[in-house]
Amino acid sequence: MHKKVAQDKYQHHDYYGIDALLTEDHLLARSAVREWVKKEVSPIIEDYSNRAACPTHLFKGLADIGAFGPSLPMEYGGGGMDEIAYGIIMQELERGDSGIRSMASVQGSLVMYPIYRYASEEQKQKYLPKLGSGEYIGCFGLTEPDHGSNPSGMITNIKDMGDHYLLNGSKMWITNSPLADIAVVWAKDEEGVIRGMVVEKDMPGFSAPEIHGKWSLRASITGELVFEDVKVPKENVFPDIKGLKGPLSCLSKARYGIAWGAIGAALDCYDSALRYSQEREQFGKPIGAFQLTQKKLAEMITEITKAQLLAWRLGSLANDSKATPAQISMAKRNNVDMALNIAREARQIHGGMGITNEYPVMRHMMNLETVLTYEGTHDIHLLITGMDVTGFNAFK
Amino acid sequence: MNSLVCISKTPETTAKISFNDNNSQFDTEGVQFIMNPYDEWYALVRALEAKEQHGGEVTVINVGPASNDVVIRKALAIGADKAVRVDTEANDAFQVASEIANYAKTGNFDLIYLGKETIDYNGAELGAMIAELLDIAYISFASKMEVDGNVAKIERDIEGGIEVVEVQTPFVISAAKGLAEQRIPNMRGIMMAKRKPLEVVPSSSVQAKVSVKEYKLPEMKSGVKLVDPDNMDELVRLLSEEAKVI
Repeated sequence: MHKKVAQDKYQHHDYYGIDALLTEDHLLARSAVREWVKKEVSPIIEDYSNRAACPTHLFKGLADIGAFGPSLPMEYGGGGMDEIAYGIIMQELERGDSGIRSMASVQGSLVMYPIYRYASEEQKQKYLPKLGSGEYIGCFGLTEPDHGSNPSGMITNIKDMGDHYLLNGSKMWITNSPLADIAVVWAKDEEGVIRGMVVEKDMPGFSAPEIHGKWSLRASITGELVFEDVKVPKENVFPDIKGLKGPLSCLSKARYGIAWGAIGAALDCYDSALRYSQEREQFGKPIGAFQLTQKKLAEMITEITKAQLLAWRLGSLANDSKATPAQISMAKRNNVDMALNIAREARQIHGGMGITNEYPVMRHMMNLETVLTYEGTHDIHLLITGMDVTGFNAFK
Repeated sequence: MNSLVCISKTPETTAKISFNDNNSQFDTEGVQFIMNPYDEWYALVRALEAKEQHGGEVTVINVGPASNDVVIRKALAIGADKAVRVDTEANDAFQVASEIANYAKTGNFDLIYLGKETIDYNGAELGAMIAELLDIAYISFASKMEVDGNVAKIERDIEGGIEVVEVQTPFVISAAKGLAEQRIPNMRGIMMAKRKPLEVVPSSSVQAKVSVKEYKLPEMKSGVKLVDPDNMDELVRLLSEEAKVI
């Protein structure tokens, strides 16, 4: 039975007038993606999330609005926009759902970006337009069952067989993998050097089983990548990049998008909590009139405003190619943690209603548990900042 | 087929509406603005469809200050070829219609589109005024249109049904739901829009004939009262004394 879906009443919150720092393109991009989310995501997301089903039809819509690689050049299937526009698009998508944002982040930052940056011109022509248009779905294989925070310990490997490489190993927690037409895979060569390559879904020996039972990002599909003697043509291996900096540069792009995206989830929770606090009455007045509710809401908008300023400044640095990986780590860590705390507080303001799917907060809260952990855990990003300011490596 | 599409800027539908200056001015502080949905979803998109089918050019026109440019850019991002903004505050329908008609006279437009109404002030007279000033036909509340050469067959929403009319170009058409389907601009369109011309033309100094004296908000609706099923007397009393329906 289909339940009537509540209207998405979301309104943007800009307490410090940060919109004045944005250009016309940024505002247009934001309103376009917001309209798309209200039309295509909000009416279906609770149902798909409830059923742990991936709304695969949205890939085409994400491609059509230009959410895949918006900051890549137009001639390679991108949108030719700046980094702030990319951030804003991720924010609006995550305002709808972190899983939908993840679908776009992976395609743009983790698949199109490495192909654009590291692949041969032939590979770019072969894959990028199809990825940009949504004809191909991509995924990114770095994390392994036994190597999450320590990717350099990976055991997935390639052996040079003369006219091709032989790929063996497995990857874990791969967004989009069961649907993917291609996978950007990182594996060690015989000298132990990390290399990147494109693996196509119909290559014999390659499979991508789905991971079931997630209580988070339920509308996003996640799987493994299993390689058993997969013959990878030599031209599929990225010629120009060796070592961990290849995958890490992609992660910097994706983490940058998450730093913006998490604000979207936080804004949606705050928006819902603020409206609920003005409508819900107890003891003869709206619960927003009580000091403890005001404390929660005031702290939420303060934290959101700080995160917005952090993201905007990071975006300005990124536009000048000056954002360091450590600066991106700080923003990802701060903004995701901020969003998760706001989701939890917003859940409290909604009282019992907060645990139902009549409101978006518990879905965001459960999603953000993943966002806190993927693309570098909360603790790992702390250690990156720690190393950056002290000069000491505390990872090992 | 060359089209002119009139676009208006309206407050976002969830905006909180308040007034200042003794309730004579709409307080725009903190209000987010959008393109009037009837102009955007139906009028503009139908003009773009006509261009896709029959060729020609789509020009959008707005009467207003520079702060309207973001709405105009959106129309360009959705697919209009060029834009014109008549640089003056829009004060009443006659003034706006006169400015648009004056501009339309300088071009060679087969069709002038606009939404059937604006969602802010419920304005719906602009189309008729433009048609009158240009001495051409006006078809209102159009929900379907087929064009063959210089003849258009149009379905109009009328009370309880549909009227089918035929008209020769040029004419003015006001768009209702059904005439086209909303298009959301994509990122590529937004970037292309920057390179499209937005011409700012001076006002022809037409004076408004109507001025607003006061706005009044509707009275707040009272909440729902739940009556216990066993207390029929109370239900009858409320229906009789408060709702006054029996």
